[in-house]
Amino acid sequence: MSKEIQYKELLKILPNDDILQQCMHCGMCLATCPTYDLTKLERSSPRGRIAMIKSVARGEMEMSRIFADEMNFCLDCQACETACPAGVKYGRMVETARVVVDNTKFVSKLGVVIKRFALRKVVASRNGLKFVSRLLWLYQKIGLQKFVQTTGILKFFSKNLAEIETLSPVIADKFSDTQIKEIELPNGEVKYKTAFHFGCLMNTMFADINMDTIDVLKECGCKIITPKDQVCCGSLMGHNGDMEFALKLARKNIDAFDKHDYDFLISNSAGCGAFMKDYAHLLEDDPDYAEKAKRFSSKVKDVMEFFAEQKPVLEFNPALEPELTTYHDACHLIHAQKVSAQPREVIKSLPGVEYKELDEASWCCGSAGIYNVVRYDDAIKQLERKMNNIKNTNAKIVLTGNPGCMGQIKHGTKKFNIDVEVLHPVTLIKRLLNNQ
Amino acid sequence: MDQYTAEKLKSIVGKDNFFDSKEDKLVYSYDGTPVFKQLPEAVLFPQDEEQISQILKLANNEKFNVVPRGAGTGLSGGSIPVDNSVVVVMTKWNKILEIDPDNLTAWVQPGVVTGALQKEVEKLGLFYPPDPGSLNVCTIGGNVANNAGGLRGLKYGVTKNYVLGVEMILPNGELLKTGGKNMKDVAGYNLRDFIVGSEGTLGIITKVLLKLIPKPTQSITLLIFFNKLIDAGKTVSDIISSHIVPSMMEFLDHTTINCVEDYTHIGLPRNSEAILLIEIDGRGSAVQEDAETIRKIAVKNNASALKGASDENEANTLKTARRSAFSALARRMPTTILEDATVPRSELPVMIEKVTKAAKIFDVTFGNFGHAGDGNLHPTCLTDERNSKELEKAHKAFDYIFNEAIKLGGTITGEHGTGLAKKHFLEKVAGPAGVDMMKRIKIAIDQNNILNPGKIFTISPKCEGHMPTKREQIKDFHV
Repeated sequence: MSKEIQYKELLKILPNDDILQQCMHCGMCLATCPTYDLTKLERSSPRGRIAMIKSVARGEMEMSRIFADEMNFCLDCQACETACPAGVKYGRMVETARVVVDNTKFVSKLGVVIKRFALRKVVASRNGLKFVSRLLWLYQKIGLQKFVQTTGILKFFSKNLAEIETLSPVIADKFSDTQIKEIELPNGEVKYKTAFHFGCLMNTMFADINMDTIDVLKECGCKIITPKDQVCCGSLMGHNGDMEFALKLARKNIDAFDKHDYDFLISNSAGCGAFMKDYAHLLEDDPDYAEKAKRFSSKVKDVMEFFAEQKPVLEFNPALEPELTTYHDACHLIHAQKVSAQPREVIKSLPGVEYKELDEASWCCGSAGIYNVVRYDDAIKQLERKMNNIKNTNAKIVLTGNPGCMGQIKHGTKKFNIDVEVLHPVTLIKRLLNNQ
Repeated sequence: MDQYTAEKLKSIVGKDNFFDSKEDKLVYSYDGTPVFKQLPEAVLFPQDEEQISQILKLANNEKFNVVPRGAGTGLSGGSIPVDNSVVVVMTKWNKILEIDPDNLTAWVQPGVVTGALQKEVEKLGLFYPPDPGSLNVCTIGGNVANNAGGLRGLKYGVTKNYVLGVEMILPNGELLKTGGKNMKDVAGYNLRDFIVGSEGTLGIITKVLLKLIPKPTQSITLLIFFNKLIDAGKTVSDIISSHIVPSMMEFLDHTTINCVEDYTHIGLPRNSEAILLIEIDGRGSAVQEDAETIRKIAVKNNASALKGASDENEANTLKTARRSAFSALARRMPTTILEDATVPRSELPVMIEKVTKAAKIFDVTFGNFGHAGDGNLHPTCLTDERNSKELEKAHKAFDYIFNEAIKLGGTITGEHGTGLAKKHFLEKVAGPAGVDMMKRIKIAIDQNNILNPGKIFTISPKCEGHMPTKREQIKDFHV
């Protein structure tokens, strides 16, 4: 195939003109875009990026380095989708543009291969992720991390590598999937039939949160099915230009859960929840899976959404002193799943909470999937803003419903020296329960 | 633009503030206006007054055009580039320089976002009322240049009622300072009011002094539903003639209600033919009394239901929903052409009927909404700019609407400005003598016609831009 034909074939991946034309360039998105706010350049805004994608898709403008950079500069936080009255699906546009960009000379081939390998072979493979996590755990336990951090040896290779190293979360001693039984039953009667997706980061880095989730759900009267053959949800691959692989994972998950009888599929990871709710849409053209995907997605609930809607009865410890608590919206909860009132409602109702709203709570913290690893400097600018807002609340606890945000904000507490505890709302609930 | 000029511009603003890649030109080729677009030669972010002055002087010498721009949310094409032009973007001038609580004024840079200013002054118990639909994005500089209105225009007026002073760089590069903190000032011509609404054709605004007022302490927000369009119009006239001045009286028709509901999911009744969103604000018991009178008027005019916002949050949700109307209409069709024909308030019910009629005659779909309280309608044509036949029908429908508005003693634009989109209708409203006076003022201030030329009106016989040297450079001539 000639280069020209190859290029034209590549462009076919981009959304068609009808979809692109839906953006009427009114500019309502500009106010919510973290990257536009940094540069004040139209090309770093959703409206500007759509104009560029439209122009490239129509063959009016050649793909370029600026184009590639701007597509990857985007956090894909989708705050613009929430702000868009016209209902433009910007996230999908930028994600397909990234697929195209990954196949051009403007992105390092090696980088794409490494990224793909890391996502396919490590994140998506439970054993791969566990192996890497174990290495990291070992690295932390035997004191090597302390040695590396105090000597600053990584700075010798690259300043960023040293910074990124500090992003690595403390690895749990035990992964959650080995501790959670395939079927967990509550002490009393079964009030809800649920299933649980344990995620990849939540399973390894934040295994305790998964254990807390199971404990709290059992307190609520949930029967919890956790299929052992479930896999990674595929969101990191889907958002980073590898949709083909993401859909393979989606089908595996659908098969794994479809065998069981349940009403709610609980996720405590905003990113996973959002992507699994999207299976229905992603697989709508797959004759074998369209129906199953629809059924699967309709049952997916973020754990806070489940609490707000079902209002399970829990007994809390009345003796606790209320602590000043605030809440950060994970992008994949508020923007992708449109879940923002529910967590607040649940948190405010907790007896041990004095709630204070966080300024710019829905502004991306810069974690954004693997963004804080691949674009560390840009991510830190967003994080600094977030940490300042958190500091201004004087809260002792900041809650958030996504492992990426938790890792990022925890990193922020160290980097900017802010004394606040970062928790998943479920962990706080567990802590406040009467039997604790 | 030749290499020499580009290099000169680069040396004026610095290479980091000069952009001429094809991508940057593309993303400054449009604003919020549908259909119109044109590539500039370069995009500049000047850092101070001196740089702007030098850019304008160079433009006079080297014969290129300069188009000022804020956030690019305008709806008449005021900031769309013209032939052989550079765009001067002012969004980085975004500092509130002073809030003076003793004089109730604020000095701001032109790139300050309107909504951000409102938030700041409200912290001090003060109020800056003008609230265009894009208030979270648009800038004060753009608001002043277009004399922007908004939802609260009915009671509080529009931008011009709040501009006390302006500083701007004139087309010859000189700095003009006019107005000040005096509440009364009749020294010479009132240049300040003249600059407001000049759409970037007379100078580049660098500083604005705004008037603030005390924030009202109470407000009530009502949502009234109607099964007949005419009943909503009648309610508006009755409220005005009973000497009540709500701070907001917004109208949405059936199509708009459904698009807004698709976006917001706040439970608007999809089968209603019209909604009025009314806010009454002020101090003391008068607010309650006015709300009660409005209720009675609505019931008398066959309102099908009436709902009060329970708290400030709910009131804000409703107002935000209304502000999204224009963009939400884009859910129906790829292109939404929004106009703002305005008529004397008593003629509003007639004008609403005329829009319905235009849709029938020209076989096009309209979503209609707007500031019912001040006769300012936003009939929005839902069409597809890629289909020239459809676009032609839309233009004909608007011709009809504009002519009908003028017959009713109305105007072609209430708050969006003339820009590119409506300049062909200007003479019908302003008259030959009016347009001629505007042109003569423009040429007196901007001899070489380098600042945002071709906006509001076309100066002839002088050509805009360079003399063409090749056949393909000559474009079709539009009057």
